[in-house]
Amino acid sequence: MEATVALLLNFAIPAVIVTAIFIALLLFALPREVRTIFKREVKSYFNSPIAYVCVVIFLLISNGITFWFGGLLESGEASLYVSYFQYLPWYFVVVAPAVGMRLWSEEQRLGTMELMLTMPIAPWHAIVGKYLAAGVVIFAMLVLSFPIVWVINYLGNPDNGVIMAGFVATFLTALCFLAVTSVVSAFTRSQIVALLISIGICLLLWLGGLQPVSQAVTSLKGGWLVFWPVLKFINGIGILPHFSELAKGVLGFRDIIFFLTFIAFCLFSTAVVLRVKRA
Amino acid sequence: MIEVKNLSKHFGEKVAVDNISFTVEKGEVLGFLGPNGAGKSTTMRMVTGYLPCSAGEITVGGADILDEEIAAKSKIGYLPENAPLYSDMTVEDFLRFCAEMRRVPADQIDAAVDKAIDTCFLQRVRQQSVDTLSKGFRHRTCLAQSIIHDPEVLILDEPTDGLDPNQKHEVRNLIKRMGETKAIIFSTHILEEVEASCSRAIIIDRGRIIADGTPDQLKAKARNAGAVFLRATGLASSGIRQELEKLAEVQGVNVLESSENGITARVLPNKGKDKQLPEAIFQLAVSKGLKVHELRVEEGRLDELFREITRTDTED
Ligand SMILES: Nc1ncnc2c1ncn2[C@@H]1O[C@H](COP(=O)(O)OP(=O)(O)O)[C@@H](O)[C@H]1O
Ligand SMILES: [Mg+2]
Repeated sequence: MEATVALLLNFAIPAVIVTAIFIALLLFALPREVRTIFKREVKSYFNSPIAYVCVVIFLLISNGITFWFGGLLESGEASLYVSYFQYLPWYFVVVAPAVGMRLWSEEQRLGTMELMLTMPIAPWHAIVGKYLAAGVVIFAMLVLSFPIVWVINYLGNPDNGVIMAGFVATFLTALCFLAVTSVVSAFTRSQIVALLISIGICLLLWLGGLQPVSQAVTSLKGGWLVFWPVLKFINGIGILPHFSELAKGVLGFRDIIFFLTFIAFCLFSTAVVLRVKRA
Repeated sequence: MIEVKNLSKHFGEKVAVDNISFTVEKGEVLGFLGPNGAGKSTTMRMVTGYLPCSAGEITVGGADILDEEIAAKSKIGYLPENAPLYSDMTVEDFLRFCAEMRRVPADQIDAAVDKAIDTCFLQRVRQQSVDTLSKGFRHRTCLAQSIIHDPEVLILDEPTDGLDPNQKHEVRNLIKRMGETKAIIFSTHILEEVEASCSRAIIIDRGRIIADGTPDQLKAKARNAGAVFLRATGLASSGIRQELEKLAEVQGVNVLESSENGITARVLPNKGKDKQLPEAIFQLAVSKGLKVHELRVEEGRLDELFREITRTDTED
């Protein structure tokens, strides 16, 4: 009972407030056109099986793996980082492209892009509206994985602030993958192609920040003349270091800026790709 | 309302539209005629602001489509080729979405949707999902989308494509009716459509304008314009033909049917003599005692002009 109250106070209520701010931002700060597109896209996600399939598979895999492989129950440790959040981005490497693959490829396949882009709106209205709708699907997944937090609180006395940080870091990482998928889907009218290429790029981005890569970069320095800058670049935009900093509960300003810049850059690139494709 | 000056579009090396200029005023319906691959859709995509142009200038209602993009686009209703739709919506939801996007005031959206549904005869499928619609209904749903905000300018790319004859007829009438208060451009490769609804037509081939005028003016340019169709008896066909060819007004005689006792032929006028030709033929018949069964002046036919002046090696 006490645990539940603590959970509500420390975790659920802040989470609801954050959500409320998110929705309020959508409703009031953005132009009407973005809201209209956002509403249509959200409806379309939840009218089609894709959102449900993604949510269910995500919940099965994430919870299952956490309990059976993450050793959550055995460790008896209340920290979710080791068992849960360290695996979570791996799922989003696949799940975020699965959610986002239709963003612009479907629009091109149906020909509706011609309708959308001849309406009296700026292209970024459409890009942001569609992107946010896909973001809501990801958000729904994270909200629905909430029971695991309850279980942890039932078992022990975790630091719910850190868990919150883990969710924020995961959400931002998934949003980065989604933004990458948005760019890739602008290139092709095929959802499958968009899915596969996006998974590849997300994997690269995720692994690029891993320790071995950083080490390779340092040790190779000066060596492989051609590959070094490439490796260095991939290592530089690797998401993992930023993710782990945030997930540990260190609300680093630089990491947040990294995520937001990354997303903004991808959305901007989406606009550029759509523009160049038409010219 | 629509002003297009020296418009060109290249796709890489390929020239899709080559230095096209035209204007359309309110109350005018301009027909774009041309074989497949002529550049009709490309031109319309540039006028609606979907494709950037390689060279030239487009203004819609005084607003430049590139510099004042949103002002120009908000004046336009557009039916793209193949009538694309969001397949996961119902007809009504789709139209409501378009009305919102087109900035129809919130309290007028219901009325606008109802009106578009009535105008395009969509009552029966109002609540039906778009992906279960037949082609005719899909097309008319997209047409409804283009008129939902009562735009001053309408651009319709093959608006009667895939409709049955009754629906074609209805859509042509609709275009004609709306053309009284709007500036309309529509493209087609069906020639009777131009005669049925256009006040002016442009024939495009390989990206260039090769003829421009009212349907009547265009028809007058056809080779057979002013020819006289004649069916007469009383002499052998060769005799009648010889007599006809002696006339100063006659350039040539196309015999369509000949017999021992008569002729069916198309008589072509000499340049500038087409007005006198029927009378001359009639005089001839009287003086030779021929029995005239049929004598009529042929209007030029648009499809003949079309075949004469456009290439034959069309794409797709
Ligand atoms: N996106 C594109 N890339 C390359 N070529 C194109 C593109 N769109 C159209 N074309 C070419 O431009 C020409 C004109 O096409 P289009 O305007 O669709 O003709 P129409 O509508 O009159 O049938 C065609 O030869 C077509 O192949
Ligand atoms: Mg076309």
